[in-house]
Amino acid sequence: MSEATFTTAIDRALALAMARDERVVVLGEDVRMLRRNAYVRFGGDRVLDSPISESALLGTAMGAAMAGLRPVVEIMFVDFLGVALDQLLNHAAKLDAFTGGRWQVPMVVRAACGGGYGDAGQHEQSLWGLLAGIPGLTVVVPSTPADAAGLMLAAIEHPGPGVFLEHKLLSEQWLHYLGGTSRGSVRFDVPTAGARGDVADEPDPVPIGRAALRRDGADLAMVSLGVGTHRCLESAEVLAAEGLSAAVLDLRSVEPLDRDAVVQLARRTGRVLVVDEDYTRGGLSGEVAALLAERGVTAPYARVTTEETIPYARALEDAVLPNVPRIVETARQLMDRAGGGI
Amino acid sequence: MPTSRTERLQALYLQMCRIRYTEGALGRLWHRGLVSGEMHLGMGEEAVVAGVVAHLGDGDALALDYRSTPPLVARGVDLTALLLEVLGSEDGLCGGRGGHMHLMSQAHLAASSGIVGASGPLVCGFGLAARAARQGRVAVSFFGDGAVNEGMLMEALNLAAVWRLPVVFVCKDNRWAVSTRSSALTGGGLRRRLGAFGMPVVAVDGRDVWRVDRAAGRAVARARSGGGPTVILARCGRLEGHFLGDPLVRLTSAVGELTAQVRPLLGELRAEPGAPATARVAALAGIGRRAVTVVVERPRSHDPLRRAARHLPPAVATELASQARDEVERAIRLALMRAAPHV
Repeated sequence: MSEATFTTAIDRALALAMARDERVVVLGEDVRMLRRNAYVRFGGDRVLDSPISESALLGTAMGAAMAGLRPVVEIMFVDFLGVALDQLLNHAAKLDAFTGGRWQVPMVVRAACGGGYGDAGQHEQSLWGLLAGIPGLTVVVPSTPADAAGLMLAAIEHPGPGVFLEHKLLSEQWLHYLGGTSRGSVRFDVPTAGARGDVADEPDPVPIGRAALRRDGADLAMVSLGVGTHRCLESAEVLAAEGLSAAVLDLRSVEPLDRDAVVQLARRTGRVLVVDEDYTRGGLSGEVAALLAERGVTAPYARVTTEETIPYARALEDAVLPNVPRIVETARQLMDRAGGGI
Repeated sequence: MPTSRTERLQALYLQMCRIRYTEGALGRLWHRGLVSGEMHLGMGEEAVVAGVVAHLGDGDALALDYRSTPPLVARGVDLTALLLEVLGSEDGLCGGRGGHMHLMSQAHLAASSGIVGASGPLVCGFGLAARAARQGRVAVSFFGDGAVNEGMLMEALNLAAVWRLPVVFVCKDNRWAVSTRSSALTGGGLRRRLGAFGMPVVAVDGRDVWRVDRAAGRAVARARSGGGPTVILARCGRLEGHFLGDPLVRLTSAVGELTAQVRPLLGELRAEPGAPATARVAALAGIGRRAVTVVVERPRSHDPLRRAARHLPPAVATELASQARDEVERAIRLALMRAAPHV
């Protein structure tokens, strides 16, 4: 056990998987620089720099996975999946279904996601709702270094295609690389518990699809993931000072969604607040509402999400992304609503 | 633009200086923390940009990548509005909502993108609209050598060729795809690749503004007269790395950084299991080679501004440079004053 940053933890897991299983290879743009530790240790046959060709890259990873390798393919930013979505949407996600479960695609798409450092809406999206809506794709979004390591291991072991999203605000490496923290003159609202933490030297896989209760509470269930989990924990502190007891459930994966954990916590607390950095419509927050309706949970519900294209100006960006004041205010309004009836 | 060689060179040099000082200012604002996120400067591309944009006017369109400040400056976008945009001010070119990678100006039919290769499809649309609605107008696309491995750009080159669109594709060949040497990633070579679509490819030294100017003049005239698209392949430098704070540049400019980056790699030489020793040493050497290439390529002798200045009497060059500097400094003062509540 030792302290690791978010990205170091993922790379530790990756090295472990590569050491244990020769079929694990890393492909992507600039990966020999980004994952230079793995490059030096495992050599150029297992860490391959690709051209800036996302379609070919994803399709190649898929073909390699179908034929016996276990590729971890890096797409840099989840936003760039837009360039190559066909390979995931129409191919990788479909094989298992088209073959009646006879042929799988054990590939991991690793991508940086999320905002809060001023790159604007073409580089800061979450998109996990969109991806999780495609049958056949697994989508994981860790919020701590330990989970990041464990979920990477689980994603590599998972027999189907998975998308592993690494929030840039939690990743010292990405912030350094993109946010320019090397200049020392900028500060970002980084949740410390997400950016650094204890990680086992040989981490175990974290089962995919199992949510983690990060804080228990009696009055309100906050449901979130990624950086949102930390915003919820901070909001819960503020609410606690007002005498309000909020639980925080970290989903850890969007698909599969830990439906039972959400429903149980909703029933127990009587109110649900979803905090989702992804877009409002057609995504996770609506899925949670549908789940509650389907299971007959009539708890008052609200959501704090990203409602529009993420603007460039830092102040505007901070306002658009889910933040503590918005979460706290929405939680208060939720408490004022008649409710609790299960 | 003037037509006599002397006056034309002076005008081109002035544009290059305006671009350079504006980007120098952006770099300083970024280092002061007044600009967040990534910052990709086009330092080293001034001759390509000035030489091409000099041939454009009202009704012509620009499809740009994320090094879009230089063409916008050369095209005459208001400097203060541009600086205010990057400062995130609501008085900026796009209300502070687009920022450095997404600079847009409808008045100039100029749009940027942070997605590699995206200027290819866009320029085809601009070209199609020009042919349909603005006869004699053209559209120009700027992209880097790293972008030629994007399918969408290859599709766009083909589309422009078979539809004979009034388009000029300008490939700024700085020989890098972010931190990877593009020659290692581009099968068949860049020139043959770009020439595979049946339209002419004009290779030009992109550090020489006079050569770019003449090549671009012919390509734009061809497009205007319905002769179809042309590719200009312009070799140029990348003086400030892929973006400010580029780890590869930092690696070579700070001893502390070098030690911090290399030390953990040494442990990987021995960690077991792993690749055979020869493969590991080769990998480490590969990383070192990239860093060395960055150092070797950075010398200012490749600076297109110096090359351009050599065509001019020294006093004239100095006068033009100071004229550009004064204009940019005025714009910065104004921008910082107006952005004050935001930054």
